[in-house]
Amino acid sequence: MSDALKIRLRGLKKRFGDKVVLDGVDLDVRAGRSMVILGGSGSGKSVTIKCILGLIRPDEGLIEIDGRDVAKMSREERAAILDRTGMLFQNGALFDSLPVWENVCFKLLAQRRITRAAAREKAAEVLEQVGLAASVGDLSPAELSGGMQKRVALARAIAAQPDIIFFDEPTTGLDPIMGAVIDGLIVDCVKKLGATAFSITHDMASARRIGDDAAMIHKGRIVWTGPANALGDTGNAMVDQFARGEREGPIQMELRK
Amino acid sequence: MTRFLDLLALIGRALISACRTLGDVALFALAGASHLVRPGFPFRQFGRHFVEIGYFSLPVVALTALFTGMVLALQSFTGFSRFNAESAIASVVVLSVTRELGPVLAGLMVAGRIGAAMAAEIGTMRVTDQIDALTTLSTDPMKYLVAPRLLAATLAMPLLVVVADILGVFGGFLIGTVKLGFVPQIYLARTFDVLQTMDVVSGLVKAAVFGFLIALMGTWCGYNSKGGAQGVGQATTRAVVASSILILALDYVITEAFFSR
Ligand SMILES: Nc1ncnc2c1ncn2[C@@H]1O[C@H](COP(=O)(O)OP(=O)(O)OP(=O)(O)O)[C@@H](O)[C@H]1O
Ligand SMILES: [Mg+2]
Repeated sequence: MSDALKIRLRGLKKRFGDKVVLDGVDLDVRAGRSMVILGGSGSGKSVTIKCILGLIRPDEGLIEIDGRDVAKMSREERAAILDRTGMLFQNGALFDSLPVWENVCFKLLAQRRITRAAAREKAAEVLEQVGLAASVGDLSPAELSGGMQKRVALARAIAAQPDIIFFDEPTTGLDPIMGAVIDGLIVDCVKKLGATAFSITHDMASARRIGDDAAMIHKGRIVWTGPANALGDTGNAMVDQFARGEREGPIQMELRK
Repeated sequence: MTRFLDLLALIGRALISACRTLGDVALFALAGASHLVRPGFPFRQFGRHFVEIGYFSLPVVALTALFTGMVLALQSFTGFSRFNAESAIASVVVLSVTRELGPVLAGLMVAGRIGAAMAAEIGTMRVTDQIDALTTLSTDPMKYLVAPRLLAATLAMPLLVVVADILGVFGGFLIGTVKLGFVPQIYLARTFDVLQTMDVVSGLVKAAVFGFLIALMGTWCGYNSKGGAQGVGQATTRAVVASSILILALDYVITEAFFSR
């Protein structure tokens, strides 16, 4: 593993109306490592990911992928980066007009890397990795439970073997055993494929399992970064309070405006 | 005086926002249509929408046209018999149906059926991140969602209107011969005597334009919807209202272009 930076954020700012969501986010994600982002609900974690992917245009700030400024890239270069990127959306975002197998292999089909016949088999294979039977492939997403949808979405995110993968709360809504299986899968993606992972999670056990590095976002800024296995005992009062889920501490619950 | 200025500002603001919307829609249409000539057009999606628009709208459009033709014959009979001009009924029916009522009524029915469905489907995809997901899955949403719908509606509407024309004329024929006592051969002869190619062609051109407008409004409103189920509902309403009004307005413009000489 080199120390090369895969993603570099500097002074990232974003506001919606007069609500400031990101207020100067600085963050480094090293290539081939797994970064976990923690933060309260509504603190801007999903918005950060969407900015990196170019789905939301930030108001200010620098986003570099592989050392190149995203804002200065041509359309084709951006598309080339997205071709090598996988994203698990917080709510799954499965296409409900398509059966599960087409969802899973959507990217491979879109890039014409696979025929439709082969896609069915490939889908069965990836579904098995996320603990779903091949027969699930013929169902429509609306026929699945919430946890199953999450796993299909995960399968879709990793099916094309991307080298940067974003996971927005991959284990939320899964039972603890399935959560551990999915965590294992994410670790495998990083270790075996050499991918860079960028995950959001609220589950501390999961954060320690999947993360090499961790960062905490609060009030639109990164307030702490460090090794993930130190979570809960970092010496940073804010992070420790968050990791242990305590009511009393430097973070007070704020009423959202 | 300030009142007057306020009013002016209000009008100005409305005008500017109208222009901006118009510009947005035009750019959206261009971006969508450009994918028709770029590589990788999604034929599978096109097929799905073509069947949905062309085939599954047939019953609605057919019934609308049939009853319109029937009513037209009946109404013109009650009117024309006062001037002993009953013999004009066949020509009135065929000209109104092919030039105006076929395309306009089919357009309005399809706007309600298809425009609404497009806005609802794409709007739901927007508010559930599915459109963003497309982007991350190496697929341009304009190419995958918008282009095939634009083409499908533009091609399917003329076909629907051919059916509407035939059934509308048939409706008039039915009432004319069964109820009003015309001799079938004479009714048909009158029908085809007055009918000219331009009448049908102008109707089909209208149909294609209306089809494009319906798909454009449906996809645009859906694409720009926000704010959950309520937002999708609003997008749907807006798509139907906008395409209906545009159909009626452009109907006038196209008629003027074809027949005002
Ligand atoms: N498209 C949008 N328009 C307006 N406000 C938005 C939009 N997207 C996000 N926000 C606001 O930005 C803030 C951060 O949202 P975000 O989804 O990033 O939170 P999060 O950290 O992912 O929270 P959670 O853990 O609950 O998923 C929220 O307060 C939200 O209201
Ligand atoms: Mg989120």
